[in-house]
Amino acid sequence: MSVEAQDLKLLANDNRGQSGLENGSGLVGWEEVTQGSVLQSFDGNATGIALKKQEERAYSGYNSYTATVASWRIIKPVYNRDVCIDCQNCWVWCPDTSIISRDKQMLGIDYDHCKGCGVCVEVCPTNPKSLLMYGENTPMEDALSAWPEKKKKEK
Amino acid sequence: MAITSVKNLKEFSTNNDRLEGAHTLCPGCAHSMIVRELMNCTDDNLVISSNTGCLEVSTAVYPFTSWDTSWIHIGFENAATAVTGAEVMHKVRKKKGTLPDNDAPVKFVAFGGDGSTYDIGFQWLSGAMERGHDFTYICLDNENYANTGGQRSSATPIGATTSTAQAGTHSYGKKEKKKDIVAIMAAHGAPYVAQLAPNKWKSMAKGFQKALETEGPCFINTVSPCTTEWRFDPKDTIHITDLATESLMFPIYEIIDGHELNILYRPKNIIKVDDYLGAQGRYKHLFKPENRHVIDLIQSDIDKYWTMLQRREEARI
Repeated sequence: MSVEAQDLKLLANDNRGQSGLENGSGLVGWEEVTQGSVLQSFDGNATGIALKKQEERAYSGYNSYTATVASWRIIKPVYNRDVCIDCQNCWVWCPDTSIISRDKQMLGIDYDHCKGCGVCVEVCPTNPKSLLMYGENTPMEDALSAWPEKKKKEK
Repeated sequence: MAITSVKNLKEFSTNNDRLEGAHTLCPGCAHSMIVRELMNCTDDNLVISSNTGCLEVSTAVYPFTSWDTSWIHIGFENAATAVTGAEVMHKVRKKKGTLPDNDAPVKFVAFGGDGSTYDIGFQWLSGAMERGHDFTYICLDNENYANTGGQRSSATPIGATTSTAQAGTHSYGKKEKKKDIVAIMAAHGAPYVAQLAPNKWKSMAKGFQKALETEGPCFINTVSPCTTEWRFDPKDTIHITDLATESLMFPIYEIIDGHELNILYRPKNIIKVDDYLGAQGRYKHLFKPENRHVIDLIQSDIDKYWTMLQRREEARI
């Protein structure tokens, strides 16, 4: 397996998935908010966001990119680069923007935002599947070493 | 206008997402699949408005926002009105030359659930369509008020059990048929009206692009399976959508200028509606012998509607 692709924190901004959703400490309550207050989702100029990759954007602490829902998950998808054909089915159907694809290549899973729904595993067309669901506490190495063999077609 | 390539999925995947994760939609919810796809269809600036509903409450949890675009929410019913107001303001300021960047293309999109589209926001939507603003309205049709606990809406099909139309010993669930919103919107004379589904990503992306490119009010109804209220496993969202389009419960078609109908997807093997109904918990009671007539009624309605669509397409009127 390729180790670089699995090391996804390298790709992300430092502030990805830093705060829990309940983490509003230090902020005023909603009834104390004054008229005209603004929570900006980006630090500085936000023009041309569509042309910037996620790791190039200056997310502010109010963008949910900096929050995490990892605690929702009881099963997690594990990605096996060796079997993947980069079809991007998982990317287009991921409801949580958690499949990281760059330059037509699938790099891995954003575990800060993945809720463990399992849609990516269902839409994966390879044999054996290049994404499989494992228990949240299963170590990556155990999951990858026990990857199923190719299934033969039943005649 | 900078539309992005939808030739194949690999090229489409080079777009940069503008809906961020850590929104609080249920795992496996199709809402975010549809919204992400719309935002990946174009590189233009987007001004988006949402009706109250699952999408709105889940993507704006104080103090976080999941939107990397301008986004406005006012009330339950008035996403269409809010976005058309923004559109008029943009037009006027462009004319006066008071915009920061006068040449930057901007697209206006409104999202609503089926409750706020079919029922509560219907008057606002109808008014906006009639006034002919340049915007696209996308209905995320999950066939009930999922945000408040699954009450029936006028998008709920006959036979489904909901929290306010419960199936039991004396009832088979909702007794009224679903409103045909696509036909109603086409009757407004809208330049582009379509019904699309997220499992056919390419036809959906092309439909979105067509709607964004078309000047004038466009309406798109998208099927958005709800894992919580339709009662199926979150991983099966795309499978359920497949069954919906293969059984023609949700035919995929477009209507241009209110009359020219094109069918965008013809299933090779049309499956019986039983397979679609049987995959969801909300239709479980229909498989009792005394409720069999409801399934037969749904099937005959689907057959009639499909025949009508085909005839209308052939007639080219």
